[in-house]
Amino acid sequence: MAEEKTTQQFDPEAILEVRNLRKCFPIKKTFTGKVKQELIAVDNVSFKLKAGETLGIVGESGCGKTTLGRTILKLHESNGGQIIFEGKDITNLKSSEMREIRKKMQIIFQDPYSSLPPRSTVGGILSEPVEVHNIVPKSQVKDYVLDLMDKCGLRDYYYERYPHEFSGGQRQRICIARALSVNPKLVICDEPVSALDVSIQAQIINLLKKLQQDMNLTYLFISHDLSVVKFISDKIGVMYLGSMVEFGTKEDIFANPLHPYTEALFSAIPQPDPDIKMNRIILKGDIPSPANPPKGCRFHTRCPKAIAGLCDEVTPEYRDFGNGHCAACHLLNKD
Amino acid sequence: MEEITKNEVMEDTAETEEVPHEKTVRLMSPTRMVVRRFFRSKLSIIGLIMVVSLFLFSFVGPLVYTEWGEIELDESGKTEYSISETTYTVNGEEYTVRQTTEKTLKDNFLAPPSKEHILGTDNEGYDIFVRLMYGGRISLIVSFIAVFLITILGVILGGIAGFFGGAIDNIIMRLCDILICLPGVPILLIISTILDASGIDAKYRIYLLMIYLTFISWPGTARLVRGQILSLREQEYMVAAEAMGYSTSRKIFKHLVPNVMPQLIVQMSLSLGSMILYEATLSYLNLGVKAPYAAWGTMINIISTNQDILQNHLNVWVPAGICIVIAVLGFNFIGDGLRDALDPKARR
Repeated sequence: MAEEKTTQQFDPEAILEVRNLRKCFPIKKTFTGKVKQELIAVDNVSFKLKAGETLGIVGESGCGKTTLGRTILKLHESNGGQIIFEGKDITNLKSSEMREIRKKMQIIFQDPYSSLPPRSTVGGILSEPVEVHNIVPKSQVKDYVLDLMDKCGLRDYYYERYPHEFSGGQRQRICIARALSVNPKLVICDEPVSALDVSIQAQIINLLKKLQQDMNLTYLFISHDLSVVKFISDKIGVMYLGSMVEFGTKEDIFANPLHPYTEALFSAIPQPDPDIKMNRIILKGDIPSPANPPKGCRFHTRCPKAIAGLCDEVTPEYRDFGNGHCAACHLLNKD
Repeated sequence: MEEITKNEVMEDTAETEEVPHEKTVRLMSPTRMVVRRFFRSKLSIIGLIMVVSLFLFSFVGPLVYTEWGEIELDESGKTEYSISETTYTVNGEEYTVRQTTEKTLKDNFLAPPSKEHILGTDNEGYDIFVRLMYGGRISLIVSFIAVFLITILGVILGGIAGFFGGAIDNIIMRLCDILICLPGVPILLIISTILDASGIDAKYRIYLLMIYLTFISWPGTARLVRGQILSLREQEYMVAAEAMGYSTSRKIFKHLVPNVMPQLIVQMSLSLGSMILYEATLSYLNLGVKAPYAAWGTMINIISTNQDILQNHLNVWVPAGICIVIAVLGFNFIGDGLRDALDPKARR
């Protein structure tokens, strides 16, 4: 890892590159402030994301998806690894230096109810970032915001209204409009539809797709809903207990899942046809505590194919199996 | 899918049909909703009337009623009769000699309510009605300035403690704990004695004491603001503000402080009442405003000079007491009304 830090060769095609990213939260501290025990939320995650693509991150709740998204945005300080955005290492930027980058990478939050300030109007919420970052001259701010609202499917008389007057779907549109108000290149969508009901989910997903084409956006789409991820993503990363277990294009992953966890996960997608018999792989047990992760392969405690003496001892290597399809599993190395 | 068609409809008709729809929607900002809920409560309207009338009485009153000034003695003179009895014993028989002395004094003191003096005069010969107005000025100004200073200090220090946390938070909060532990009145006595010795003009000592009041009272507000900011800081929209790349000062003053305002306004109106009470206490203990200047507390303090006034001259001290009660009640009613009106859970 130390060697990698010194090399400054970045993939010019990738808008975002994450190398060995690690994020820990302290649980217990000694009296002197030294960390005694920590929770590893994101462990050794690496991937590349090309401009205009959508990367879907899937995994169980508590596997570190949200933390990964927020650490990339530097809303959390990382504890190791590198975040390279547009060929620039932003891992150790100060918050004042980060402010300039913020207008290029934005986030849409999971909960549209708590992520809007309750005491400003929609117009205020949307024009504030435009003014702060000087996106357009002051005299044009209102026109710009109204145009943006139109793009996001918000009517222009919403301008003077307050967030509490809107439904969840409309609020999420406001959140999307706010994220897009600064003309970002990368948008991290942190489960943007999981708080909405299914009919609204479809509207929001379609809106996100349309905006991606119009504004040439790159999405990092975090979700636990596989059908949503399948619909919107070009590439998919599967996370388990803080680490990336499999990564590849949507086609590769759905057609040929390599990791047993991915297999189990995909077998749980409900089929809309009652005649199809589902071969569900039921995983035993619960997800282990990230404060005390199992030794070796983190999935071995629940893996139906675990090899005793190997999987519970040695951490599997995260390898490329061709066409950028990466996975970390001992079973694959044996073949 | 439904929304897509909706969008198309909207784009097609955007120029033509928007206006009539707009008119049917009544905009309701949070502020307006609070005002409406505030005026729905009878008690808060009563409180508002009490406070407004006291303000008019104290600030407009002296401009309208100019018969007497604050420190203008009624020098129309007063004839006082004193009766002295002397008992002699002569040859076993008792003689009582009753002597009446007529004394003409310069000042018309302790006059009963009359046409000339609406509420009579006090033991020095000042007009009580006029002094009530001027006393109200002092009490209201002092408490307003004190509350203003307390709020500023509390918001700044509480805001810093809440937002930055860690060691800064610890230092400020321990300072608060220390100040809350200090006994107010004994220290006040010491300060007052020092002020007496240093010979500061009676007019200004109340302002110095006001600064002292601010100094010992800000921890309450600071704790309130800190607590609020601690919980607001973790709200998702603050994370969104961080993600938007806003500066720290913008985050504190544009996003956090406006959300603390409701609690702060309630706290301010309630502490206005307690400051008036505090000021009256100080003046009553002869630590605040000193004669010849008027304050409600000093006017009640007159009873300590003469037992007779307490029993027979109610017009001297009761009006000042009523004023204090009205002021404190009024501010508390408003504070309670605001608290109910600003409660986010009570929609409608």
